[in-house]
Amino acid sequence: MALIVNGIEAPPPADPRVSLLDFLREHLHLTGTKVGCNQGACGACTVIVDGRRVLSCLTLAVQADGASVTTIEGLGTPTALHPLQAAFVEHDGLQCGYCTPGQICSAVAMVEELRRGVPSNVTADVAAQAIAATREELRERMSGNLCRCGAHNGIIAAIEDAFGLETAA
Amino acid sequence: MTPFTYARADAPDAAVRLGEGGARFLGGGTNLIDLMRERVEAPGALVDVSGLSQAIEETAEGSLLIGAGVRNTALAEHGLVRTRYPLVTRAIVAGASAQIRNMATVGGNLMQRTRCTYFYDVEGSRCNKRSPGEGCDARGGFNRIHAILGASEACVATHPSDLCVALAALDAVVHVEGAGGARTIPFGNFHLLPGETPDRETALEPGELIKAVELPPLPIAAHSRYRKVRDRASYAFALISVAAALRVEGGKVAEVRLALGGVAHRPWRAHAAEAALVGAPASEASFLAAADAELVGAVPLRDNAFKIELARRTIAAVLSDLSEAGA
Ligand SMILES: Cc1cc2nc3c(=O)[nH]c(=O)nc-3n(C[C@H](O)[C@H](O)[C@H](O)COP(=O)(O)OP(=O)(O)OC[C@H]3O[C@@H](n4cnc5c(N)ncnc54)[C@H](O)[C@@H]3O)c2cc1C
Ligand code: SF4
Ligand code: FES
Ligand code: FES
Repeated sequence: MALIVNGIEAPPPADPRVSLLDFLREHLHLTGTKVGCNQGACGACTVIVDGRRVLSCLTLAVQADGASVTTIEGLGTPTALHPLQAAFVEHDGLQCGYCTPGQICSAVAMVEELRRGVPSNVTADVAAQAIAATREELRERMSGNLCRCGAHNGIIAAIEDAFGLETAA
Repeated sequence: MTPFTYARADAPDAAVRLGEGGARFLGGGTNLIDLMRERVEAPGALVDVSGLSQAIEETAEGSLLIGAGVRNTALAEHGLVRTRYPLVTRAIVAGASAQIRNMATVGGNLMQRTRCTYFYDVEGSRCNKRSPGEGCDARGGFNRIHAILGASEACVATHPSDLCVALAALDAVVHVEGAGGARTIPFGNFHLLPGETPDRETALEPGELIKAVELPPLPIAAHSRYRKVRDRASYAFALISVAAALRVEGGKVAEVRLALGGVAHRPWRAHAAEAALVGAPASEASFLAAADAELVGAVPLRDNAFKIELARRTIAAVLSDLSEAGA
């Protein structure tokens, strides 16, 4: 078997101890994905596996064998930015940029969760099928991605803009 | 991490065989991989069981049978869970982050280990849970997050799960399989108090596999809440949490379920409070009195006395909410 990383097949590492994060960065040299805490507490290492946002630091590369992995390199390139990358630039969704790849991967998959109607901790009626994309919802849904620079307002504005979300408050 | 082998189980009996041989089951890995990296755990073999039993099915008796491999997000977003057991959805979405909930499995959530900082500190701290007989540095140390109920001289750790607090309130049933065959364990017997052996955390035998968790039919669960109090608004473990379901008839409590998180070595079903509530007027005074009945045995440590008052108020607030929302 193999992992499909940004559409390209990569055989899994021989040593099962290698995390998906180290596999991407050290073996495939896809250094867009960042190492923050390496213990699940910051979201810097967020990538998309089979459509779901996950933490690559707490995933063994062998666990993702056979799965399709999308990293920031697979979303956009310097000459062809993903609309959310362009919106981050436009809305100052970053300062140092360290958390940014994780923020962007997270947000891209978050919008799918929102459209699917996955409830969050601030959803008033968890039985409701459709959930309004309020700012409060977006903030809660992005709370797994910390930003030490405090660029959160710009991050939320970029997400609203890129995905055409009408937020009430 | 110390070296280990990795295999994926394609059937429960194959997993059990490997488990019998000493392999550890791997769900999403969000707790086990972290503990291995911190060298709290060092299994020589992992068997990935996350691909087994990912179904959520309704049984003929009206229960909901949830496969152990179901991801936390999939459970939270399931239509029948949202309408029949909203406290389950609420408990899940109150925990961890969306990324972690996408990875974490139901089986792994039940088996996750304490977040006691001394338990994690292999190099610098003594811990009876990690190394039986060594002593407990939390008892006389920084113990703001530790237990107020059911603790022992040996260990004052708490169980960190949110989901499990909801499952305790619902009288869920854990379906397991081991070398001796299949059996079921009532949720109230699944997690253990620390006693003299805090290294034993559940009723599972070594090598026994969780196959599913069953939610029995419970009409009042449709009117239920989960409230979590923590140090920040999101992405933090509970200081205190309350799962409750309530039915009021003619101004009196007709039926109630209540469980607490963040207070003990296991999710804490509040039987004493429930007994005090049934037949009592649905008023704040009875809710506070019931909380007191449950917390009368609470023993504070140096840093966590605040939890007693916090639990008391949170219990009353959740029950008042439910009663005002037309129980
Ligand atoms: C930063 C962070 C914040 C968190 N915050 C919260 C929070 O606020 N609330 C909360 O409730 N949780 C929280 N969690 C914990 C999270 O919910 C658990 O780590 C998760 O539920 C574990 O599930 P898993 O499938 O990843 O388990 P794993 O890590 O794969 O396994 C955990 C344990 O379960 C055993 N196991 C797995 N499957 C089975 C099975 N089928 N049968 C028997 N044993 C099995 C494993 O052997 C292991 O011992 C947080 C975690 C992190 C990293
Ligand atoms: S409270 Fe329990 S887990 Fe924490 S140090 Fe003491 S024995 Fe270990
Ligand atoms: S590096 Fe993975 S969550 Fe921080
Ligand atoms: S931009 Fe610096 S951490 Fe977020």
